[in-house]
Amino acid sequence: MGEEVKVFGFWSSPYTLRAVLALRLKGVPYEYVEENVLGNKSPLLLKYNPIHKKVPVLLHNGKPIVESLVILEYIDEIWKSKPILPKHPYDKAMARFWAKFFDDKCMPAVWKPFWCPEDEREKAVEEACQCLKTLETALNGKRFFGGEEIGLVDIAANFVGFFLRTMQEVTGLELLSAEKFPHLFKWTDEFVNHSVVKENLPPRDKQLEFNRVIIAKYEAGEIKA
Amino acid sequence: MEGGVVLLDFWPSMFGMRVRIALAEKEIKYEYIEQDLRNKSDLLLQMNPVHKKIPVLVHNGKPICESLVQVQYIDEVWKNQAPLLPADPYKRATARFWADFVDKKMYDSGSRVWKTKGEEQEAAKKEFIGNLKLLEGELGDNLYFGGDGFGYVDVALVPFYCWFYAYEQCGNFSIEAECPKLIAWAKRCMQKESVAKSLADPEKVYGFLLQLKKAYGIE
Repeated sequence: MGEEVKVFGFWSSPYTLRAVLALRLKGVPYEYVEENVLGNKSPLLLKYNPIHKKVPVLLHNGKPIVESLVILEYIDEIWKSKPILPKHPYDKAMARFWAKFFDDKCMPAVWKPFWCPEDEREKAVEEACQCLKTLETALNGKRFFGGEEIGLVDIAANFVGFFLRTMQEVTGLELLSAEKFPHLFKWTDEFVNHSVVKENLPPRDKQLEFNRVIIAKYEAGEIKA
Repeated sequence: MEGGVVLLDFWPSMFGMRVRIALAEKEIKYEYIEQDLRNKSDLLLQMNPVHKKIPVLVHNGKPICESLVQVQYIDEVWKNQAPLLPADPYKRATARFWADFVDKKMYDSGSRVWKTKGEEQEAAKKEFIGNLKLLEGELGDNLYFGGDGFGYVDVALVPFYCWFYAYEQCGNFSIEAECPKLIAWAKRCMQKESVAKSLADPEKVYGFLLQLKKAYGIE
């Protein structure tokens, strides 16, 4: 087809995973280029994303697209099989709303409790649980946020879908449990066991080890939250 | 509230203005309901339980929240008139990127200009102007961010123009001196009825900001 598709990403980035899952779901062949986000940014990354200097970057026939939610919409518009956005404008608006909610509120809220000082933790946990509760309501008993199949919101929420439980395992801090958020907890199992998702998640042991490493670096003052 | 379009809004909100512009561009008739944000109505809390914020667009009784989500919804439902997003997917992605940039950068850096003083304010001004210059770079020699035609990024950004006077007064600087091309673009947008009718009066916005500063205890 003469198409060139490349993804510049980081293996443990939930944002990179968004782009990867969308392409894999649609069966789009691509070349993956690993960026070491903990080290120096490569000249190519700085060239393709001069404004934010971040992964992921999707390169399609030499043209860069950046910002993971923008990338998801682009992928859905170019490769029309297995749509990740609903057809009806109202349902589309709802999906966009929840994806934005996840980025603006959920991500910072569920990330914070693992990295904040002791005296701020209780409040951080409360805010994180408030977000998880809202997500549980948004799921509304469905199998996936997208309904019977995974969609934009499921892909966007992959941090809760996969990474969160790995952080919980390493730190012992439990935000999401089957008791507190039964539907959302069940969704994480559905998510990680989805036929395409499970082939493309970071290897669990590698992720657990990586969590331990960055927590240790944080505690030693080598990196900031 | 079945049928028809309702907008829950607050007159100085740049986010509400985006939706007003989009509705005006498409010549959609709607009911505007002013909200008192210090005393949130049951309607607002019912229509936006997650964020409890304006603007809320209600269409056929169903609420849509988040201004850029609303603008895209309007563009998709009333697609036969005044398209805001381009047809080409790459251009659409570029437009979404810059609208997202406006969302991530403009409100926060603008707020820091009026909320701070001294060194902090100087840093805020620098960041604010820096963001505007990046936007100027993207505009280039085009009439609008949408190219020859007014589009999505123009809608996302132009409401901030009516806040510039307030920022300038608080920060004691001239945005036009730093970013003349951007001001020229804004004035060009103001020639459009949809924009002129949707933006608040800059003097009124400044008056509102002074009240807000008082309420926050900022001099």
